[in-house]
Amino acid sequence: MTIRHHISDAVLMAYAAGELAEAFNLIVATHVSMCDDCRAQLAAFEAVGGAVIDGQDEVAMSGSALEATLSRIDLTPQATTRVRRQARGIFPAPLADYVGADLASVGWTSLGAGVRQAMLPTDRRATARLLYIPAGARMPDHGHRGMEMTLVLQGAFADQNDRFGPGDIEIADEGMEHTPVAEMGQDCICLAATDAPLRFSGIVPRLVQGWFRI
Amino acid sequence: MKSGAAASLAEECAQDVMATLWQKAHQFDPARASVATWVYTIARNRRIDMLRKSLRAEPEELDWGPEAEPDQAEVYEAQQETQRLGKALAVLPDKQRALIERAFYGDLSHSEIAVETGLPLGTIKSRIRLALDRLRQEMT
Repeated sequence: MTIRHHISDAVLMAYAAGELAEAFNLIVATHVSMCDDCRAQLAAFEAVGGAVIDGQDEVAMSGSALEATLSRIDLTPQATTRVRRQARGIFPAPLADYVGADLASVGWTSLGAGVRQAMLPTDRRATARLLYIPAGARMPDHGHRGMEMTLVLQGAFADQNDRFGPGDIEIADEGMEHTPVAEMGQDCICLAATDAPLRFSGIVPRLVQGWFRI
Repeated sequence: MKSGAAASLAEECAQDVMATLWQKAHQFDPARASVATWVYTIARNRRIDMLRKSLRAEPEELDWGPEAEPDQAEVYEAQQETQRLGKALAVLPDKQRALIERAFYGDLSHSEIAVETGLPLGTIKSRIRLALDRLRQEMT
Protein backbone atom coordinates (compact mmCIF):
# COMPACT_ATOMS: atom_id res chain seq x y z
CA MET A 1 0.00 0.00 0.00
CA THR A 2 1.50 3.33 -1.03
CA ILE A 3 0.09 6.11 1.10
CA ARG A 4 0.33 9.59 -0.43
CA HIS A 5 -1.91 11.63 1.83
CA HIS A 6 -0.91 11.82 5.47
CA ILE A 7 -2.15 13.36 8.69
CA SER A 8 -1.03 16.99 9.06
CA ASP A 9 1.57 17.80 11.72
CA ALA A 10 -0.94 19.99 13.56
CA VAL A 11 -3.40 17.10 13.95
CA LEU A 12 -0.69 14.54 14.84
CA MET A 13 0.69 16.90 17.46
CA ALA A 14 -2.77 17.46 18.92
CA TYR A 15 -3.22 13.67 19.07
CA ALA A 16 0.17 13.28 20.80
CA ALA A 17 -0.87 15.96 23.29
CA GLY A 18 -4.23 14.25 23.88
CA GLU A 19 -6.32 17.16 22.66
CA LEU A 20 -8.53 15.65 19.97
CA ALA A 21 -12.17 14.67 20.22
CA GLU A 22 -12.79 10.94 20.37
CA ALA A 23 -13.88 10.64 16.72
CA PHE A 24 -10.60 12.22 15.56
CA ASN A 25 -8.59 10.03 17.96
CA LEU A 26 -10.19 7.06 16.23
CA ILE A 27 -9.35 8.17 12.70
CA VAL A 28 -5.77 9.16 13.63
CA ALA A 29 -5.16 5.83 15.41
CA THR A 30 -6.59 3.96 12.42
CA HIS A 31 -4.42 5.82 9.89
CA VAL A 32 -1.30 5.42 12.06
CA SER A 33 -2.01 1.69 12.18
CA MET A 34 -1.72 1.66 8.36
CA CYS A 35 1.06 4.22 7.92
CA ASP A 36 4.62 3.81 9.23
CA ASP A 37 5.50 7.36 8.24
CA CYS A 38 2.86 8.88 10.51
CA ARG A 39 3.69 6.34 13.23
CA ALA A 40 7.29 7.59 13.24
CA GLN A 41 6.23 11.24 13.18
CA LEU A 42 3.82 10.61 16.07
CA ALA A 43 6.65 9.03 18.08
CA ALA A 44 8.72 12.16 17.45
CA PHE A 45 5.92 14.37 18.81
CA GLU A 46 5.53 12.10 21.84
CA ALA A 47 9.27 12.51 22.43
CA VAL A 48 8.65 16.27 22.68
CA GLY A 49 6.13 15.50 25.42
CA GLY A 50 8.84 13.46 27.14
CA ALA A 51 11.34 16.31 26.89
CA VAL A 52 8.76 18.76 28.25
CA ILE A 53 8.07 16.78 31.44
CA ASP A 54 11.76 15.95 31.78
CA GLY A 55 12.59 19.66 31.89
CA GLN A 56 9.95 20.62 34.46
CA ASP A 57 10.57 21.42 38.09
CA GLU A 58 9.34 18.79 40.46
CA VAL A 59 6.13 19.26 42.40
CA ALA A 60 6.07 17.89 45.95
CA MET A 61 3.43 15.28 46.63
CA SER A 62 1.63 14.77 49.92
CA GLY A 63 3.32 12.83 52.74
CA SER A 64 1.10 9.79 52.26
CA ALA A 65 1.64 9.58 48.51
CA LEU A 66 4.18 6.75 48.58
CA GLU A 67 2.01 4.64 50.83
CA ALA A 68 -1.08 5.30 48.73
CA THR A 69 0.77 4.43 45.53
CA LEU A 70 2.13 1.20 46.97
CA SER A 71 -1.34 0.12 48.06
CA ARG A 72 -2.63 0.84 44.57
CA ILE A 73 0.12 -1.38 43.20
CA ASP A 74 -0.86 -4.12 45.63
CA LEU A 75 -4.44 -3.97 44.46
CA THR A 76 -3.60 -4.35 40.79
CA PRO A 77 -1.32 -7.22 39.89
CA GLN A 78 1.32 -6.74 37.24
CA ALA A 79 -0.02 -7.63 33.83
CA THR A 80 2.04 -10.50 32.53
CA THR A 81 0.82 -10.77 28.98
CA ARG A 82 0.04 -8.01 26.56
CA VAL A 83 -3.33 -8.45 24.94
CA ARG A 84 -2.87 -7.72 21.27
CA ARG A 85 -5.94 -6.28 19.67
CA GLN A 86 -6.89 -7.79 16.37
CA ALA A 87 -7.53 -6.22 13.00
CA ARG A 88 -10.63 -7.54 11.23
CA GLY A 89 -10.35 -7.63 7.44
CA ILE A 90 -10.09 -4.04 6.21
CA PHE A 91 -10.57 -2.67 9.76
CA PRO A 92 -7.30 -2.04 11.63
CA ALA A 93 -7.48 -2.92 15.34
CA PRO A 94 -8.59 0.48 16.75
CA LEU A 95 -11.44 0.66 14.23
CA ALA A 96 -12.35 -3.01 14.70
CA ASP A 97 -12.76 -2.23 18.43
CA TYR A 98 -15.35 0.44 17.60
CA VAL A 99 -17.22 -1.45 14.91
CA GLY A 100 -17.24 -4.62 16.98
CA ALA A 101 -17.89 -6.67 13.87
CA ASP A 102 -16.38 -7.46 10.51
CA LEU A 103 -17.41 -5.74 7.30
CA ALA A 104 -20.13 -8.31 6.52
CA SER A 105 -22.04 -7.58 9.75
CA VAL A 106 -21.90 -3.76 9.84
CA GLY A 107 -25.38 -2.30 10.43
CA TRP A 108 -25.67 0.12 7.50
CA THR A 109 -28.26 2.85 6.99
CA SER A 110 -29.09 3.75 3.39
CA LEU A 111 -28.52 7.35 2.26
CA GLY A 112 -29.97 6.71 -1.18
CA ALA A 113 -28.34 5.91 -4.55
CA GLY A 114 -26.54 2.95 -2.98
CA VAL A 115 -24.59 5.14 -0.56
CA ARG A 116 -24.70 3.81 2.99
CA GLN A 117 -23.37 4.88 6.36
CA ALA A 118 -22.92 3.45 9.83
CA MET A 119 -22.46 5.83 12.78
CA LEU A 120 -19.89 4.81 15.37
CA PRO A 121 -20.38 5.66 19.06
CA THR A 122 -18.07 8.49 20.20
CA ASP A 123 -18.30 11.50 22.50
CA ARG A 124 -20.40 14.39 21.23
CA ARG A 125 -17.60 16.78 20.35
CA ALA A 126 -17.33 15.14 16.92
CA THR A 127 -18.92 12.29 14.99
CA ALA A 128 -17.41 9.24 13.31
CA ARG A 129 -19.02 7.11 10.65
CA LEU A 130 -18.26 4.42 8.10
CA LEU A 131 -19.26 5.32 4.56
CA TYR A 132 -19.99 2.87 1.79
CA ILE A 133 -19.96 4.36 -1.70
CA PRO A 134 -20.62 2.01 -4.64
CA ALA A 135 -17.95 2.07 -7.36
CA GLY A 136 -18.61 5.02 -9.68
CA ALA A 137 -21.16 6.65 -7.37
CA ARG A 138 -20.84 10.20 -6.13
CA MET A 139 -21.34 11.73 -2.72
CA PRO A 140 -23.56 14.83 -2.63
CA ASP A 141 -21.74 18.17 -3.05
CA HIS A 142 -20.84 19.45 0.35
CA GLY A 143 -18.81 22.10 2.10
CA HIS A 144 -17.63 22.13 5.69
CA ARG A 145 -18.28 24.22 8.74
CA GLY A 146 -15.56 22.58 10.79
CA MET A 147 -12.93 19.96 10.11
CA GLU A 148 -13.67 16.74 8.26
CA MET A 149 -11.20 13.87 7.92
CA THR A 150 -11.84 10.99 5.54
CA LEU A 151 -9.70 7.85 5.55
CA VAL A 152 -10.00 5.33 2.70
CA LEU A 153 -10.15 1.71 3.85
CA GLN A 154 -11.02 0.06 0.54
CA GLY A 155 -11.35 1.24 -3.06
CA ALA A 156 -10.59 4.86 -3.91
CA PHE A 157 -12.28 8.20 -4.46
CA ALA A 158 -11.33 11.35 -6.28
CA ASP A 159 -12.56 14.91 -5.92
CA GLN A 160 -11.66 18.28 -7.43
CA ASN A 161 -8.45 18.23 -5.41
CA ASP A 162 -6.87 14.82 -5.74
CA ARG A 163 -7.19 11.03 -5.70
CA PHE A 164 -7.35 9.06 -2.46
CA GLY A 165 -6.62 5.33 -2.24
CA PRO A 166 -6.41 2.85 0.67
CA GLY A 167 -4.66 4.39 3.69
CA ASP A 168 -4.89 7.94 2.29
CA ILE A 169 -6.51 10.55 4.48
CA GLU A 170 -8.14 13.74 3.25
CA ILE A 171 -8.38 16.64 5.67
CA ALA A 172 -11.00 19.17 4.60
CA ASP A 173 -11.18 22.47 6.40
CA GLU A 174 -13.82 25.11 6.67
CA GLY A 175 -14.86 26.58 3.36
CA MET A 176 -13.69 23.72 1.18
CA GLU A 177 -16.31 22.45 -1.26
CA HIS A 178 -15.88 19.07 -2.86
CA THR A 179 -17.75 16.28 -4.60
CA PRO A 180 -16.05 12.97 -3.93
CA VAL A 181 -16.67 10.29 -6.58
CA ALA A 182 -15.80 6.64 -5.96
CA GLU A 183 -13.56 5.10 -8.61
CA MET A 184 -14.78 2.35 -10.85
CA GLY A 185 -13.75 -1.13 -9.79
CA GLN A 186 -14.06 -1.81 -6.10
CA ASP A 187 -16.77 -0.19 -3.93
CA CYS A 188 -15.25 2.49 -1.74
CA ILE A 189 -15.35 2.19 2.06
CA CYS A 190 -14.17 5.11 4.21
CA LEU A 191 -14.00 6.16 7.81
CA ALA A 192 -15.00 9.81 8.20
CA ALA A 193 -14.86 12.08 11.25
CA THR A 194 -16.21 15.60 11.48
CA ASP A 195 -16.72 18.17 14.23
CA ALA A 196 -19.59 20.00 12.55
CA PRO A 197 -22.49 18.97 10.32
CA LEU A 198 -21.62 18.92 6.61
CA ARG A 199 -23.10 21.73 4.53
CA PHE A 200 -24.83 20.34 1.47
CA SER A 201 -25.49 22.57 -1.51
CA GLY A 202 -28.73 20.96 -2.71
CA ILE A 203 -32.15 21.26 -1.07
CA VAL A 204 -32.91 17.52 -0.99
CA PRO A 205 -29.71 16.53 0.80
CA ARG A 206 -30.39 19.35 3.26
CA LEU A 207 -33.81 17.91 3.99
CA VAL A 208 -32.49 14.45 4.72
CA GLN A 209 -29.51 15.75 6.63
CA GLY A 210 -31.28 16.17 9.96
CA TRP A 211 -32.81 12.78 9.60
CA PHE A 212 -29.59 10.91 8.97
CA ARG A 213 -27.25 13.07 11.08
CA ILE A 214 -24.77 13.66 8.26
CA MET B 1 0.16 17.77 37.17
CA LYS B 2 0.35 21.03 35.38
CA SER B 3 -2.77 20.70 33.29
CA GLY B 4 -4.92 22.82 35.52
CA ALA B 5 -6.53 19.97 37.42
CA ALA B 6 -7.34 20.48 41.08
CA ALA B 7 -4.46 19.51 43.36
CA SER B 8 -6.17 16.47 44.87
CA LEU B 9 -7.15 15.18 41.45
CA ALA B 10 -3.60 15.78 40.20
CA GLU B 11 -2.23 13.87 43.16
CA GLU B 12 -4.59 10.98 42.53
CA CYS B 13 -3.64 11.01 38.86
CA ALA B 14 0.09 10.98 39.69
CA GLN B 15 -0.33 8.00 42.01
CA ASP B 16 -2.32 6.27 39.36
CA VAL B 17 0.37 6.94 36.74
CA MET B 18 3.07 5.51 39.01
CA ALA B 19 1.03 2.39 39.64
CA THR B 20 0.44 2.02 35.89
CA LEU B 21 4.17 2.41 35.20
CA TRP B 22 4.82 -0.40 37.64
CA GLN B 23 2.22 -2.65 36.04
CA LYS B 24 3.42 -1.99 32.51
CA ALA B 25 7.15 -1.90 33.23
CA HIS B 26 7.78 -5.11 31.27
CA GLN B 27 6.18 -3.55 28.17
CA PHE B 28 8.65 -0.69 28.08
CA ASP B 29 11.09 -1.08 25.21
CA PRO B 30 14.11 1.19 25.80
CA ALA B 31 15.21 0.88 22.17
CA ARG B 32 11.97 2.54 20.93
CA ALA B 33 11.53 5.49 23.25
CA SER B 34 13.13 7.18 26.24
CA VAL B 35 11.79 6.65 29.74
CA ALA B 36 10.54 10.26 29.80
CA THR B 37 8.58 9.75 26.58
CA TRP B 38 7.03 6.56 27.89
CA VAL B 39 6.07 8.24 31.17
CA TYR B 40 4.60 11.14 29.19
CA THR B 41 2.33 8.88 27.10
CA ILE B 42 1.05 7.03 30.17
CA ALA B 43 0.45 10.26 32.10
CA ARG B 44 -1.35 11.77 29.10
CA ASN B 45 -3.65 8.77 28.81
CA ARG B 46 -4.47 8.81 32.54
CA ARG B 47 -5.23 12.52 32.37
CA ILE B 48 -7.60 11.95 29.46
CA ASP B 49 -9.29 9.09 31.32
CA MET B 50 -9.75 11.09 34.50
CA LEU B 51 -10.69 14.53 33.17
CA ARG B 52 -12.51 13.89 29.99
CA LYS B 53 -13.98 10.49 30.61
CA SER B 54 -13.77 9.95 26.88
CA LEU B 55 -11.99 7.20 25.04
CA ARG B 56 -8.70 7.46 23.26
CA ALA B 57 -8.18 4.99 20.44
CA GLU B 58 -4.59 3.79 20.22
CA PRO B 59 -2.85 2.58 17.05
CA GLU B 60 -2.55 -1.12 16.42
CA GLU B 61 0.49 -2.42 18.23
CA LEU B 62 3.27 -3.79 16.11
CA ASP B 63 4.74 -7.11 16.93
CA TRP B 64 8.33 -6.10 17.45
CA GLY B 65 9.20 -9.78 17.66
CA PRO B 66 11.01 -11.86 20.22
CA GLU B 67 13.86 -9.56 21.08
CA ALA B 68 15.85 -11.18 23.86
CA GLU B 69 17.92 -8.09 24.54
CA PRO B 70 17.39 -4.71 22.94
CA ASP B 71 20.37 -3.44 20.99
CA GLN B 72 22.46 -1.31 23.35
CA ALA B 73 23.40 1.24 20.69
CA GLU B 74 19.69 1.78 19.94
CA VAL B 75 18.85 2.04 23.61
CA TYR B 76 21.57 4.66 24.06
CA GLU B 77 20.33 6.59 21.03
CA ALA B 78 16.71 6.60 22.20
CA GLN B 79 17.64 7.71 25.72
CA GLN B 80 19.85 10.50 24.36
CA GLU B 81 17.01 11.95 22.30
CA THR B 82 15.15 13.33 25.29
CA GLN B 83 18.26 15.16 26.45
CA ARG B 84 18.96 16.57 23.01
CA LEU B 85 15.34 17.66 22.63
CA GLY B 86 15.46 19.17 26.12
CA LYS B 87 18.48 21.25 25.16
CA ALA B 88 16.85 22.35 21.91
CA LEU B 89 13.73 23.26 23.87
CA ALA B 90 15.76 25.30 26.36
CA VAL B 91 17.25 27.54 23.66
CA LEU B 92 13.93 28.31 21.94
CA PRO B 93 12.52 31.82 22.37
CA ASP B 94 10.52 31.95 25.63
CA LYS B 95 7.21 32.49 23.90
CA GLN B 96 7.60 29.49 21.61
CA ARG B 97 8.82 27.22 24.42
CA ALA B 98 5.87 28.24 26.58
CA LEU B 99 3.49 27.39 23.72
CA ILE B 100 5.00 23.93 23.28
CA GLU B 101 4.86 23.25 27.02
CA ARG B 102 1.25 24.36 27.22
CA ALA B 103 0.39 22.21 24.20
CA PHE B 104 1.87 19.06 25.72
CA TYR B 105 0.34 19.69 29.11
CA GLY B 106 -3.04 19.81 27.41
CA ASP B 107 -3.62 23.53 27.97
CA LEU B 108 -4.24 24.36 24.32
CA SER B 109 -7.20 23.31 22.24
CA HIS B 110 -6.32 21.51 19.05
CA SER B 111 -6.92 24.59 16.89
CA GLU B 112 -4.51 26.60 19.06
CA ILE B 113 -1.63 24.14 18.75
CA ALA B 114 1.18 25.65 16.70
CA VAL B 115 2.60 23.43 13.99
CA GLU B 116 6.14 24.76 13.87
CA THR B 117 7.91 23.47 16.96
CA GLY B 118 11.33 24.67 15.80
CA LEU B 119 12.71 21.42 17.25
CA PRO B 120 14.94 18.89 15.44
CA LEU B 121 12.31 16.15 15.10
CA GLY B 122 13.59 14.82 11.75
CA THR B 123 16.32 12.69 13.35
CA ILE B 124 13.87 10.99 15.70
CA LYS B 125 11.44 10.33 12.89
CA SER B 126 14.12 8.78 10.68
CA ARG B 127 15.45 6.58 13.48
CA ILE B 128 12.00 5.15 14.13
CA ARG B 129 11.21 4.93 10.42
CA LEU B 130 14.35 2.80 9.91
CA ALA B 131 13.39 0.51 12.78
CA LEU B 132 9.90 0.10 11.25
CA ASP B 133 11.36 -0.69 7.81
CA ARG B 134 13.57 -3.35 9.36
CA LEU B 135 10.61 -4.80 11.19
CA ARG B 136 8.52 -4.98 7.99
CA GLN B 137 11.36 -6.77 6.23
CA GLU B 138 11.60 -9.34 8.99
CA MET B 139 7.87 -9.92 8.82
CA THR B 140 7.86 -10.73 5.09
